[in-house]
Amino acid sequence: MSEQRVGFAAAAAALIARDLRLALRRSGDTLQPLGFFLVVTALFPLALDPQLSLLRDIAPAALWVGALLSSLLALDLLFREDAQDGTLEQLALCGLPFQGLLLAKTAVHWLLTGLPLVLIAPLAATALGAPYEAMPGILAAVLLGTLALSLIGAVGAGLTMSLKRNGSLLALLVLPLAAPVLIFGARATALAIAGEPLAAPLYLLAAFTVLSATLAPWALAAAVRIGLE
Amino acid sequence: MLKFLAMGGYARYVWPCYVLTAAVVGLNIRWALRSLHSARAAARRRIAAVRAAS
Amino acid sequence: MAWVWFHRFGSPPHFYRLATRLTPWFAWPAALLCLAGLIGGLVLAPPDYQQGDGFRIIYVHAPAAWLSLMVYVVMATSAAVGLIWRMTVAYAVSASCAVIGASFTALALATGMLWGRPMWGTYWEWDPRLTSELLLLFLYLGYLGLRNSIDDVGRADRASAVLAIVGVVNVPIIHYSVIWWNSLHQAPSVMKFGRPTMPAAMLVPLLLMLAGFTAYFVALLLIRARGELLRRERNAHWTAEAAGATATG
Repeated sequence: MSEQRVGFAAAAAALIARDLRLALRRSGDTLQPLGFFLVVTALFPLALDPQLSLLRDIAPAALWVGALLSSLLALDLLFREDAQDGTLEQLALCGLPFQGLLLAKTAVHWLLTGLPLVLIAPLAATALGAPYEAMPGILAAVLLGTLALSLIGAVGAGLTMSLKRNGSLLALLVLPLAAPVLIFGARATALAIAGEPLAAPLYLLAAFTVLSATLAPWALAAAVRIGLE
Repeated sequence: MLKFLAMGGYARYVWPCYVLTAAVVGLNIRWALRSLHSARAAARRRIAAVRAAS
Repeated sequence: MAWVWFHRFGSPPHFYRLATRLTPWFAWPAALLCLAGLIGGLVLAPPDYQQGDGFRIIYVHAPAAWLSLMVYVVMATSAAVGLIWRMTVAYAVSASCAVIGASFTALALATGMLWGRPMWGTYWEWDPRLTSELLLLFLYLGYLGLRNSIDDVGRADRASAVLAIVGVVNVPIIHYSVIWWNSLHQAPSVMKFGRPTMPAAMLVPLLLMLAGFTAYFVALLLIRARGELLRRERNAHWTAEAAGATATG
């Protein structure tokens, strides 16, 4: 076979398509985080008085704690199998920017856990008593927040991918780092529900997401390379 | 002396803080020395094993 | 020429000897500074006009909180040096920090709660300082957890180094986001540290305690780093001398 040069964009697209195909083949596993998110947010009203005013107060907390936990669920498997069967090693050695390829895999994690959450968030928010007018704000916050969660989570997944027993370690690594997402996201959601201007927390959340997007790929590549040794 | 120990009524809060601090400071010294000694003991054992083998 | 000190500092046997020699030079000043600080803080300083004698908790709470942050920064900085220059000494220093830092973070939390009881009327208040101390404790626990679950020392060093660096970038962000969050939900807390108006009789003992705890930390670090260095340099000749194995065999 003659030497064929593959551009980075083509390689990343192929990687994303492959991971998505693999995920669709196991659609049961893939849908679990979404189901988990819905169950968690649906359980909050059961633990409280189902008064709409009270639900509105706890809606941001329920939405964001649910988002944080459900983004953790699929994280453990993000790199584990590809590390075991040697795919990651091939990616590390293929000469294309490793950070970029890992970012593509992180994008798949977001497409499978973040994007469904963005789509379902209005439904969950409505169930928790959020008015229709709050939806654009909630959507924007969940969009930015889930991106940051995927990026931070990927670093944790890279650090723990080669550990046999990691149990709750991944959650312990990722959740404290995700605290700003929780704070800004929940605040933006609360302001959206109250019908107040929510630019401040949204900008802070966006800044945190951009910072994660610039720094996480380097940490991720370093973590995965160490895990491959 | 009793007045000093009473800490103006705050003895219940002040002295536990100092006791806890003393415990953490003391334990850290103990842990550090123990960590050093166990590393040295392991190194000594290894050297002895190497010398016995050669 | 200018880099000679750096390479010598990075040489394990040289560092080991230096650490052995320097330890008493930090340990004794630490003991003296803390003794002076305790006398000044517990006996000589006048009671606070608002908090009475309750404010004397500051002389252990503030140094513990200071160490909890400083140790994390030292841990992350030496981890970065270790990653960049592949320096065993830096990894040994970084690995020595975690237990010390975690224990002082827990101490800062405990003393903060004991201080909170008389001042706020409750042990736990979601005060920004206490909350970010709590998150810092979680960061330390994650670091220790990651370290414990990797058996190979070299890999544990590198993986935890990445985590420490990611953490240290996040520490200020977490701190300021918690302050921001807190300022929205409640009035500023009653507890004020380091007021600029603090009289010298109160401030000087505090500074003595801060200096004493810092020197104490350096002494601890030197002791621990020697042990960590011995674990990492299993096959080097110098360990025979350092471990105190005299030529008896």
